[in-house]
Amino acid sequence: MAVVPDIAGGERASQPFAALGEGPSRAPAAWVSALVSRARDALPRLSLPTTGEEAWRFTDLSGLARESWRPVVSPGAVDAAAVDALLIDEARASRLVFIDGVYSPGFSDTRGIGDGLGVAPLAQALRADESGVRAQLGRLVGGDVDLFSALNTAALGEAAVVNVARGARGRAPIHLLFIGTDRAPASAVQPRLLLLAGEHSAVTVIEEYVSLGEGRGFTNAVTEAVIGENAELSHIRLQGEGAAAWHVGRVAVELARDARYAGVCIASGARLSRLDLAVRLGAPGARATVDGLALLDGRQHADSHTLLDHASADATSRQLYKSVCDGASHSVFDGRIVVRRDAQRTDSAQQSRGLLLSARAQINAKPQLEIFADDVKAAHGATVGQLDADELFYLQSRGMPAAQARRLLTYAFAAEVVERVPVRSLVQRLRARILERTGLATVETGR
Amino acid sequence: MTNSAFLRLAYNTRAAARGHEELDPLEFDDLVREKAKLVEMDPAFLERSVNDGFSGGEKKRNEILQMAILEPKLAILDETDSGLDIDALRVVAGGVNALSGPDNAIVMVTHYQRLLDYIVPDYVHVMADGRILKTGDRSLALELESRGYDWVTGPAGARRAA
Repeated sequence: MAVVPDIAGGERASQPFAALGEGPSRAPAAWVSALVSRARDALPRLSLPTTGEEAWRFTDLSGLARESWRPVVSPGAVDAAAVDALLIDEARASRLVFIDGVYSPGFSDTRGIGDGLGVAPLAQALRADESGVRAQLGRLVGGDVDLFSALNTAALGEAAVVNVARGARGRAPIHLLFIGTDRAPASAVQPRLLLLAGEHSAVTVIEEYVSLGEGRGFTNAVTEAVIGENAELSHIRLQGEGAAAWHVGRVAVELARDARYAGVCIASGARLSRLDLAVRLGAPGARATVDGLALLDGRQHADSHTLLDHASADATSRQLYKSVCDGASHSVFDGRIVVRRDAQRTDSAQQSRGLLLSARAQINAKPQLEIFADDVKAAHGATVGQLDADELFYLQSRGMPAAQARRLLTYAFAAEVVERVPVRSLVQRLRARILERTGLATVETGR
Repeated sequence: MTNSAFLRLAYNTRAAARGHEELDPLEFDDLVREKAKLVEMDPAFLERSVNDGFSGGEKKRNEILQMAILEPKLAILDETDSGLDIDALRVVAGGVNALSGPDNAIVMVTHYQRLLDYIVPDYVHVMADGRILKTGDRSLALELESRGYDWVTGPAGARRAA
């Protein structure tokens, strides 16, 4: 445990992370170095959020601040078979693998990505299209949004870049796989992702965080996604890190005219995870579907803050967020929808549903609608409860024991979000994970 | 979860409890397709989620299919005829007739005589406020149809029953 010097507030709070924003810059270009410098300059002004702030009311980071975090010096060793088991069939030849934050050419394979798609680590992506990357990297998430964005940007050197040319369509889904090992204690990785979908293009990207082992360590990830006119990005974000992990993530998405974003974020790992996801619907015809699932047990804590920003007229957003909490776990959902003054004819619907499986579990759901336009459809609903007694009776009346009936209904509740993932083998794997968590592992659910 | 996966789970739970052999998905598929013919159900239904988007008639057929597969000793069919058109009623009734036998009992709850044109009951009980007021055979249902429930449940009816 780090000894934190008892000095003035802000400095004291960011002390546990000081080592993450220091050291020689690994930036592959001068303009990246400039981003890094700006973020490093901002760091002294930024402090660790506390539960005194509304956005962090239910998520206490004081445990994270008890460590003195260091960057990973060299990635841990991994077993090839263990990595192979994490691969997704459809994306075997369209994947980038990072071990403890470090790009691994050996485990990556991009032979199947198809024409017009660039899928590469930052340095290589710059060689292919420096001006395109330069125009976007750090634009949606700069180094001064909050402490975590600044730390991530201050360490910027490595990144996973998906750059889809105008009109190109991804043949296979792209798998960006971040594997954490049981590396040195108190070490942090700071993944950075840039997803660029050019006009009229279409691509599916799977952003996945896993641990081989108990997952001790801290992941601080930032993803920027820019979707061009009439382009379509399907984005699946899976946080399945080990039981000892701390995970903080930020996703920022911007949609041009008639652009479509379909996000499915699933948090089933880590001791504590926080995701801030913001989508800006910046032009008419933009459509965002933002779905989420938290599948928690034990003492796990998952916090998802989303912002759907209707900055233009005639845009549509849909959102379904589900939490399943067993043990003494805690799920937080804060779903903010802003409809700006000129965003007439906005069509927005948000639903959050929580399922409590134990008397000690806790769910906090907070829909926030801020509507400044007057011709708007904005529906929202939030429910938190237990399994439905009528549904349990239905299954029991068909001869199913009560415990089995509870597991089956829990599975069906969570599976609704999983079914929205557009990658078949991944759906099957996620179903199996839910079955395992609900103790129903022997059932085949077909389809 | 698909209808057929749910049914297999229920079937195997019952089979285990009765000490019978459990069926694997292929064996179960044969069984369920055979039974689906009984209620003239399109096999595509088996691959849909349980009761998701089923019409009233489809739900009823599905319930008879469940009965055919799970073979309950006692089944309670509550208003199995409600919301069914004549064709669906005929199919559902045909299923019930095929499934009733000396080893099981079926209690049907209905407000109308119509269902009894297709399913001939062994007994007819008239129930009101949780009490059985009158018991008879099929002719009781026909008499009820012509005379109305007031005949049994009205003040006069109640006195007669007492």
